[in-house]
Amino acid sequence: MSFVDILLLMFSAVLIENFIFSRFYGCCPFLGVSEKPDTALGMGMAVIFVMTVSGAMTWVVYYGILVPLKLEYLKTIAFILVIAALVQLIEMFLRRFVPALYSALGIYLPLITTNCAVLGAALVSIQEGYSFIAAVAYGFAAALGFTLAIVIFAGVRVRLQFADPPRAFRGFPLTLVAAGLLAMAFSGFSGFNFG
Amino acid sequence: MGEKGKQYLRQLKEGILDNNPALIQLLGLCPTLAVTTSVNNAFGMGMAATAVLICSNLFISLLRKFIPKQVRIAAYIVIISGFVTAVELLMKAYLPELDRALGLFIPLIVVNCIILARAEAFASKNGPVASVVDGLSMGLGFTFALMLIASVREILGAGSFWGIPLFGENFRPALIFIMPPGAFLTLGFILAGVQKIRNTLSDRRRMDESDPDAGEEENK
Repeated sequence: MSFVDILLLMFSAVLIENFIFSRFYGCCPFLGVSEKPDTALGMGMAVIFVMTVSGAMTWVVYYGILVPLKLEYLKTIAFILVIAALVQLIEMFLRRFVPALYSALGIYLPLITTNCAVLGAALVSIQEGYSFIAAVAYGFAAALGFTLAIVIFAGVRVRLQFADPPRAFRGFPLTLVAAGLLAMAFSGFSGFNFG
Repeated sequence: MGEKGKQYLRQLKEGILDNNPALIQLLGLCPTLAVTTSVNNAFGMGMAATAVLICSNLFISLLRKFIPKQVRIAAYIVIISGFVTAVELLMKAYLPELDRALGLFIPLIVVNCIILARAEAFASKNGPVASVVDGLSMGLGFTFALMLIASVREILGAGSFWGIPLFGENFRPALIFIMPPGAFLTLGFILAGVQKIRNTLSDRRRMDESDPDAGEEENK
């Protein structure tokens, strides 16, 4: 895979196959922590960090341990354990060495273990047979797409607070309709074609 | 047994209607949005999740006295991912088409919040039989919600139900409903409907409890 291929892969992961709006990975935190732009950005940063590192780790675990032992079918269990351990390690590391970042990301880190975007990106990388560099780039770009989506959406939700919808639409239903409109905007990117 | 049977029936109703995991508790939204492009996929996904939910609830309930409190979440995840892998392999062997359609959302059942939530909230505190009933009712509730959303999306977006064309050849389906934006819109409108029903019910209950004059007052 050349450098240009990797750039195209990243571009497509951020915009065309956006994790939220086209693949639906990571919808729970997308709807759960998008009430304020600040917290959305914090969550996004934590996800970028974890997904880049876990992209590398899961690739090494798969091709370094599972393939030689012919245990490929255990990848779901192995990956979720790697991700859970990684999140725990990052949490401990940040608390010890980068307390400022820890206090910024702290509450979001434990939530990331059950964010299906992390496991999803790792499984996609393996399924598509990406090289190590491509897997790391893909994890980073997919997380960037997630962050882009969640921050834009948080901006939309700030406006929604001043809306006066019918009683039945108050709260979650209105949020989902807004997400649908945003997804429509993102589906415009699907016209891109890198043949 | 009669008393017990009644309790199980109540649990079943709770899971499917009053406390539906997808429509009321809003858990497990990723598969709810992603696989509801056709009723067939929704049914397959719901059944896979139900199978995992029943098995993991049973095992976690049986092991609840042996799992140390500090590592319980990790232990639950290992148990759940074991069953998910089993379901994944079985699907690959016997239902390859469905497996291809659902793609990565079968392994992603591991991180479906419904399953972990039931393990933590129910199976870790109750006996095995009640836990199995809980898994069954929550699973059926999830399946019901998925199929409800999928029927709206498939009928409007593809003009068919469970793969059977409903309208004549001249029908032009609204493609947007089987594309990603349609997932958000459909779920939004269905949840608005659910909220409407709940509002009406709670209004009626309040009217019944208070005297008629107070009801009048409120309407002003």
